Amino acid sequence: MLLFSLVLIFAAAALAPWLLRFGAVRASTFLTFPPLVLTGYFLTLTDRVGAGAVVESHPWVPALGVNLTFYLDGLSLLFVLLVSGVGTLVFLYAGHYMREEPQLGRFFFFLTFFMGSMLGLVLAGNLITLFVFWELTSISSYFLIGYRHGEEESRAAALQALLVTGLGGLALLAGFLLLGQVAGSLEMSAVLGSGEVVRDHPLYLPILLLVLAGAFTKSAQFPFHFWLPSAMAAPTPVSAYLHSVTMVKAGIYLLARFSPVLGGTPPWQWSLILAGAATMLLGVVLAIGQNDLKRLLAYSTINSLGILVFLLGIDTEKAVHAALVFLLVHALYKGALFLVAGIVDHQTGTRDIRQLRGLGRQLPLITVATALAALSMAGFPPLFGFIGKETIYHVVLDAPSAAPLLTLLTVLANVLLVAVAALFVLKPFFGRPAMAVDPHPLPAAMTLGPVLLAAGGLVIGLLPWLIDERLLTPAASAVLATPTQVELALWHGINLNLLLSLLTFVLGAGAYLGWLRWGQMAARWRPLAGWGPATWYKWGLKGLTGTAAAQTRILQHGYLSLYLLAIFVATCGFAGLALWRAGGVPLALQLGDLQFFEAVIALLILASAVVAIRSDSRLGAIVAMGVIGYGIALIYIEFGAPDLAMTQFIIETITVILFILVISRLPAYAELSSRGSRLRDALVAVAGGGLMTVLVLAALATGSESRLADFFAETTYPEAHGRDIVNVILVDFRAMDTLGEITVLGLAGAGVAALLRLRPTSKRGENRHQSQEQEEMRQSLILATATRYLMPMLLLLSLFLFLRGHYLPGGGFIGGLVAAATFSLHAFAYGVKRTRQILRLRPRTYIGLGLLLALGSGLVSLVTGHPFLTGRWEALQFGAMGELQLGTPLAFDAGVFLVVIGATLAILLPLAEGD
Amino acid sequence: MSVLLVLPILLPLLTGAATLVLRPSRLLQRTLGVAGAAALMVASLLLLAAVAKHGIIATELGNWPAPFGITLVADRFSAIMVVLAALMGLAVAIYSLGSMDAGREKEGYYPFYHFMLMGVCGVFLTGDLFNLYVWFEVMLIASFVLMALGGERRQLEGALKYVMINLVSSLIFLAAIGILYGAAGTLNMADLAQQLPLVDPGLVTTLAMLFLVSFGIKSAIFPLFFWLPASYHTPPVAVSAIFAGLLTKVGVYSLIRVFTLLFIQDVGFTHFLILLLSGLTMLTGVLGAMSHDEFRRILSFHIISQVGYMIMGLGLYTPLALAGSIFYIIHHIIVKTNLFLVSGVAHRLGGTYELAGLRDLYRLAPGLSILFVISAFSLAGVPPLSGFWAKLILLRAGLETGEYLIVAVALLVGLLTLFSMTKIWGKAFWQEPLQPQPMPHRTGGHRRPLYLLYLPMTALALLTVAIGLLAEPVFLFSMQAAEQLLDPAAYIETVLRGGR
Repeated sequence: MLLFSLVLIFAAAALAPWLLRFGAVRASTFLTFPPLVLTGYFLTLTDRVGAGAVVESHPWVPALGVNLTFYLDGLSLLFVLLVSGVGTLVFLYAGHYMREEPQLGRFFFFLTFFMGSMLGLVLAGNLITLFVFWELTSISSYFLIGYRHGEEESRAAALQALLVTGLGGLALLAGFLLLGQVAGSLEMSAVLGSGEVVRDHPLYLPILLLVLAGAFTKSAQFPFHFWLPSAMAAPTPVSAYLHSVTMVKAGIYLLARFSPVLGGTPPWQWSLILAGAATMLLGVVLAIGQNDLKRLLAYSTINSLGILVFLLGIDTEKAVHAALVFLLVHALYKGALFLVAGIVDHQTGTRDIRQLRGLGRQLPLITVATALAALSMAGFPPLFGFIGKETIYHVVLDAPSAAPLLTLLTVLANVLLVAVAALFVLKPFFGRPAMAVDPHPLPAAMTLGPVLLAAGGLVIGLLPWLIDERLLTPAASAVLATPTQVELALWHGINLNLLLSLLTFVLGAGAYLGWLRWGQMAARWRPLAGWGPATWYKWGLKGLTGTAAAQTRILQHGYLSLYLLAIFVATCGFAGLALWRAGGVPLALQLGDLQFFEAVIALLILASAVVAIRSDSRLGAIVAMGVIGYGIALIYIEFGAPDLAMTQFIIETITVILFILVISRLPAYAELSSRGSRLRDALVAVAGGGLMTVLVLAALATGSESRLADFFAETTYPEAHGRDIVNVILVDFRAMDTLGEITVLGLAGAGVAALLRLRPTSKRGENRHQSQEQEEMRQSLILATATRYLMPMLLLLSLFLFLRGHYLPGGGFIGGLVAAATFSLHAFAYGVKRTRQILRLRPRTYIGLGLLLALGSGLVSLVTGHPFLTGRWEALQFGAMGELQLGTPLAFDAGVFLVVIGATLAILLPLAEGD
Repeated sequence: MSVLLVLPILLPLLTGAATLVLRPSRLLQRTLGVAGAAALMVASLLLLAAVAKHGIIATELGNWPAPFGITLVADRFSAIMVVLAALMGLAVAIYSLGSMDAGREKEGYYPFYHFMLMGVCGVFLTGDLFNLYVWFEVMLIASFVLMALGGERRQLEGALKYVMINLVSSLIFLAAIGILYGAAGTLNMADLAQQLPLVDPGLVTTLAMLFLVSFGIKSAIFPLFFWLPASYHTPPVAVSAIFAGLLTKVGVYSLIRVFTLLFIQDVGFTHFLILLLSGLTMLTGVLGAMSHDEFRRILSFHIISQVGYMIMGLGLYTPLALAGSIFYIIHHIIVKTNLFLVSGVAHRLGGTYELAGLRDLYRLAPGLSILFVISAFSLAGVPPLSGFWAKLILLRAGLETGEYLIVAVALLVGLLTLFSMTKIWGKAFWQEPLQPQPMPHRTGGHRRPLYLLYLPMTALALLTVAIGLLAEPVFLFSMQAAEQLLDPAAYIETVLRGGR
């Protein structure tokens, strides 16, 4: 059932935007029903709750100990009734109040969504579930404060509230997780029962501080109070509902909820009393001289929240009683007064007490309601506020320590309440009518809220037995975790409390009379507020964004060379750290085995590297790089891999040709780096090279003989039907690698072609025309003739190399390269256009076909249930000439052949076209 | 069953090759582009179902026994990654239909797109270290072309940094593979896991650093992330989106794979270093995001910061922590891709990615606002969206191991993430134009139906909400995946006995 009540509210929220199509008034009237029904439903539960907590659990993420558990005891019930009861009145009110505003669908969505979240918060019986709803209230508050999002002030206020409460929320999450860890469960019932374990745990203090951070930010305690006055940028129904009656009380709820677990220790008492007292005092100081009705209420709310925290900090049985009584007192009068402030604003267009006067005639009913609420706020008998104040005075006079000081503070706070209450009634409603007032009569729906809330204060004041037994006693028992009895009475006889009350009235009257004069005085102090937490927030934000900008400028500066440098330094640093930690690694350095030939190659490579670095022309550097490549090819030959060597030779050659085709288009070669930076780069380069050398030597020292080589040697002919191991590795043993690599090659080819074709300011048409002329001019008769005779032979050679690949050095890769080189020759001789005609298909089509062929050859084996790429072989008999093994790996190699042709030509042809 | 392991590689290859061969007709390219992605989606789900049912599965390509041939292998972690790659592939392919310009569509956008997916799936499925390198290359070249295609100046600048830094990563990776092969004599990862204890531990840890740097570059961790913010805001938004969803996660996947399977000799050093880097990555990333005022740049820096969370779980190195990493990856891929997709629609409506130029989207595009809010809040870890659970698991793992500092950093970065998301919200969505303006007129090439954009965005947003509300199965799956990673015996055995 508890789950259902939440579902009801969230469903209403989801419907809200749609409902608003029928008009704000109708929609809001409809939306009052769910909270109204819930209020009724929960009122029927009072007796059950009085007998013990109602727990209802639905699994959510049980593996993490997170469940949708609901825990309804006296404390939750009190809050639920506040949320749904006041919610009903606020919805009724808001439909009229807001009816001319835009984007009401969203407004009512967020308002209803908030109500659901708040209900979830106070009903939650699992720490994480509680946190989820806790955050949802912050989020909906963000959207509601930012409702007038066209205004900078609203946006800033919304963000401020979100960040402050968000910071607390994160602390709360950490606190809850630790609490759950210590208590061994995230379920409320288990946590509430493990108070002793928690308080004796070394993590108690961190848990306490984290939870307090959550509670204090949400309930606007010093030094986090500043977001609350700014939040008044929200429409008044939101201020009334979220920022005085419900959401800001969530922190109070949290403290009350966990006081059986975390309370009763000096750290708890001290932090609550200090924070509460500071907040109380601050509310008083900041309220002085305010002229805006909503701001006056906001500061008095801060003051009241301070009182509540302070009372919970005193931590005696009576203090808890007083806190709960005052909570209810405050909700009734503050809700009423906020709604009145909205009405005044609505009817007159201002909230400035210096301008407002004489509204009493036009709004008689509202005036009475305001007077009742204000009297309750000021603590006059026979209103509920009087009972509340008397109970509080009783508590502070009996406080275990520092009673006089606490009493003084409380009296001061109450003096403020008296003054604000007087201001609120006397200024707008009395005096000579002199204001233009909206002539339309106030709709009953807007009057109902303040009247009912204010009347509530009177009725409860006169008949406190209505609630003390049923509502407050279970709540207090829940907070104290022991059965207790709340007994309220209007009259306790003449005692010290009563004298204090009288004193409060006198001082309050004085404060009222002096208000405007004090206001001028306060104006002089106001610069002092520039040193307050609101400014810390501003500085903090500015400092943070400044830091962010600075660190980003340092890290993400935009220079590629420095990025690379950082990466190489990091590589050497991390690896060096690991080597240092290991205390070095054994190296295999046997220069004795070095052959003369090897030494020559090594020197050749080294010398070329130096030339490449020192060269002051691109061409020189490229040729030197080519020589390095040839040197590596020589090493392949020396170690018996002629395939690799052949490939390397051809690749190096083609690369150099490519560079030369491109080089003429590059800007002039310039030396940009300073001597210092070159030295630095050299150091890093040497470190990097040194690292690689060390690692290679270390690998040689520990290296076992590769088992793979033996396997390949043994199986290559009998099972893979090839003699050239390198080729068999490429097309069979590790054909998947080759499939990937020809994809890379094909991508590179097709990619270059695509990049060259698709450019933003392409003048291709002209260029092509021009280049055609160039081509014709370039044609040389000798080259053309030579090519005509050479081409068939070269193509035959490429086919030959490809076909023999499986048995002797060669294969699709080399064959393809030779064929591509042949077509390039043709392009130089006859022009690219003619070459394209001979090829018939575009190079990228060759690439695609090659890939499809390779892919298809691998798929054959799937038919027979073997893994992808398993070779299938058929022997062709040629009588006396023997037999020829034909198999899918050969088709695979043909795919390689096609891709290599396509990719090479895709790159070379456009470049040769001279576009 | 073994065919399920190759399909996620072969289907994109087939689509890519077919779109390359066929004539450059837009209709054909678009149809094949989406059909291929849909086929991949189906195949990946079948793979996931098979892995969930049968446990780890493997196949020996070419029928050559491990460790001599190449083995493809899928455990839960691989399978879910393939599913996510396919899902993003499909979502962004549909989005591309509505956003990619005709020139790029004709010149090979779809082939390169699918070849990139092929590389990504290859990384997730291979059980061979060199084969992993090959897939990295496929992914790198394909993504480079996608990034540069169109040849706008900004694009080329970004693409150059992207490809240069990533080539360095490949270089380091290749060198590390070579040396590792020299020392251990095998490339099969399961076999390596068995052979590495015989190799000098100092050498292994040093090589682990090379892998950390190489994969760290791919994952964009501190201090190796430079390529990402330099390039992600330059290509068309569909390209940014698929990159944002998948590319860094390929690096993270590889880090998690090698640092749970191979390099676990000196966890006190290697994994502590990873934890340290994760904190720095989170912080520097989010600070970078805070310092920018361009929609995609902000999102790009957030990727970095979020990668920090993903490797935080690896650094903590407990089952719960790794489950947190996996959960985080699942959540992040969906949400981040979607945020980029949202930025594309914002660009289409407002004509720019600069927050200073974007205004009033809250009024103009309520649907887009909802999608943004869901994704942005999910990214920031607001409950009960998917990001909340991802963070919750990591925080819990951190608190349980007593690593309070990293927990504090993770919490703080969550708040800063929220802050920079509200910056986008406040400026692009909430702020009203100085003068009321009519809807910006849609320029050429932007006449395509909006539902092609909203369909994938809505699906992804619903997914993040669903993961949030029904976190239990996702968490259980992540937990099982993490347990598989931390107990590699089953993986090794499955691979070495050839998946039989």
